Amino acid sequence: MKLPEKIRAAFVIARRDFTATVLSKTFLFFLLGPLFPLGVGFLFGGIGAQMDQDASRPTIAVIASAPDFALLDAARTRLSPLAAEGPLIELRRANPEPDLPAQRRHLLGAEKASVLGVLDGGLEAPHFTGAVDADGRTVKQVRLFIEEARRMKVEAPLAAQAMTVTLTSTSAGSVAFARGITARLGQGLLFILTILLAGMLLSQLIEEKSSKVIEVLAAAVPVDSIFLGKLFAMLGASLIGIALWTSGAAAAVALLKSGGLATLPPPAVGWPLFLVLVLVYFSMSYLLIGATFLGIGAQASTVREVQTLSMPVTMSQVLLFGFASLGVGKPDSPEAIGAAVFPLSSPFAMLARAAEEPTLWPHIVALIWQAIWVALILKGAAAIFRRSVLKSGPAWRWPWQRRRAA
Amino acid sequence: MGERANAAQAQDLVKEFDGKRAVDGVSLTVPEGSITGILGPNGAGKTTTIRMMLGIIDPTSGSRTLLGHHRPLEAAREVGYLPEERGLYPAMPAAEAIAFMGALRGLPLKEGRRRAIELLEGRGHGDWAKRPIRTLSKGMAQTVQLLGTIAHRPRLIVLDEPFSGLDALNQEKLEQLIRDQAAAGVTVIFSTHVIAHAERLCERVAIIAEGKVAFEGAVDEARGRLRPIVHLRTRAEGGPWRSAMPADAKQVGGEWRFELPEGGPEPLLKALIDGEAGIETLSIERPGLHDAFIAIAGESAAQAMGRPTGEEVPQ
Repeated sequence: MKLPEKIRAAFVIARRDFTATVLSKTFLFFLLGPLFPLGVGFLFGGIGAQMDQDASRPTIAVIASAPDFALLDAARTRLSPLAAEGPLIELRRANPEPDLPAQRRHLLGAEKASVLGVLDGGLEAPHFTGAVDADGRTVKQVRLFIEEARRMKVEAPLAAQAMTVTLTSTSAGSVAFARGITARLGQGLLFILTILLAGMLLSQLIEEKSSKVIEVLAAAVPVDSIFLGKLFAMLGASLIGIALWTSGAAAAVALLKSGGLATLPPPAVGWPLFLVLVLVYFSMSYLLIGATFLGIGAQASTVREVQTLSMPVTMSQVLLFGFASLGVGKPDSPEAIGAAVFPLSSPFAMLARAAEEPTLWPHIVALIWQAIWVALILKGAAAIFRRSVLKSGPAWRWPWQRRRAA
Repeated sequence: MGERANAAQAQDLVKEFDGKRAVDGVSLTVPEGSITGILGPNGAGKTTTIRMMLGIIDPTSGSRTLLGHHRPLEAAREVGYLPEERGLYPAMPAAEAIAFMGALRGLPLKEGRRRAIELLEGRGHGDWAKRPIRTLSKGMAQTVQLLGTIAHRPRLIVLDEPFSGLDALNQEKLEQLIRDQAAAGVTVIFSTHVIAHAERLCERVAIIAEGKVAFEGAVDEARGRLRPIVHLRTRAEGGPWRSAMPADAKQVGGEWRFELPEGGPEPLLKALIDGEAGIETLSIERPGLHDAFIAIAGESAAQAMGRPTGEEVPQ
């Protein structure tokens, strides 16, 4: 069968599959799909924030005179910018009472106050009492506060001029950093979209096999055309989803961030071309991984078999993503070039390259390379399907078996 | 009538599945415009032969030609095929299913939809057009698929066990459809394990048993392989006429049955009359396709085919 006829046949299959998918009620759920993880994110984010707000920070009661406490508190304030990874302990002053041991016991036992420990003895002879690890974070922080307070007490404040700050729009470091972020974001987006959509292709031939339509199709058109049609139908349905989701995301960014998309870190090839490449590399990634999955899924006869196949297939996608992300930040490294050459990781690697390098010709070469592999994988998947499912052609033999048969 | 071209031809087709030979050197010739039946019990290799001829599967060895094409799929636009295992998309409306099947074989969708309505209405099923396949009965869905098989007006129609699953009325309708198609010049090949359908419809038959073609040719030629059967009832129990009886004559009940001797009916009649047999009844029956099938494929194959006449069709 000639190529135009094969493409015509693929179009007939694609049109049927596309219509059946897009006009089904379940497609609405597919379109709404990204709202579910977002909803879950908001829900758990809200709960986390609430928990964070509710949780009382570790509080230390400081039995000290007002001047001593002021010094200690000032030291805590000075040190706070350094404590980026966790909150500093809170300090609460308590007036010294005649019976110090009784006051300690009282402060440590007061349920409402929820005091972790008690510091007394002032800056000269500080003493900490509490249910904490002797070398733990709390004790270390208290020691630091005391040392800083002592330094502040003996040193007169320097009459030096405060550091002034001049802002520039970019620097080599900031551009590389921003492009690295864009590359990772682009790869991440591509990965999520591909993992969301390519899995659907595993079950694409189940309908035909279970309803016996496959015999009607295989008698009328080549298996390559059936595979190609199915792939393009799902790509079309996916692009509808992507168009909708991207518009939604862009609108959300525009609403939530003043200046909209323009405020995001710019990729090396510029935003317009980068977005086009996102679409093109998504399509290529989808066709490459989809053709592989279609071939694997076509071997399955039941939904259960497809489910069994889902896990290893998803894991293999994670591996591909991991391989492609090795080269982010170093586009000319062997890892980046290797990932760009390996067909299944090539779209991911090239999208990262688009974010980091402005040269365009590698993209043209990569797209041709990827298109060749789409055709090869489809051809191979169709051949395996014909041989293993339709039981077509001579039985497959190992080379030594062929020699023996000859 | 001049020599007709061949619509389909198979030469020494062999198909092995996991080392087991399902079809063993099948050769077939189907002249254009003929109705050819492929007969054989279940598992004989009929479906595998059809699938190889249509290019759904490749043979292990051998060659086939379909409407002049060595690669059968190249003739797909001119072929209609109803598989043994019927298959339609359950959610697709009936008219759309017919149009889709036509579109697979090159018919523009718009024209396919028009023809689908025409075909359905022509058979009084216009109300099925918008009904999804899943809401139709098995027989109705089978009718829809059959119409999908002919929607693109093929030159060759291949029907694999088309009568199975149909009630008596629809079997008659299908027989008529096959006759109509043949009358319009379309070549029809169908497989069946019910000899009666083949006997009523076919000009040619291929008898397949255990993966091999035991006979291929005109139905009359198959029948002609057997001598006519004589059924004789006499008043006399014995007498000189008994010497006129062939050695293989058998008495079943009160009736003698034997093959008509080489000399034909006249010498037999004369010998019976002269021998004072007292002929009560005498009939000479032309052998049916079933008898020919037994003679060609063997008793066991005939038993596997079921009853001799199509009990599925009312007479």
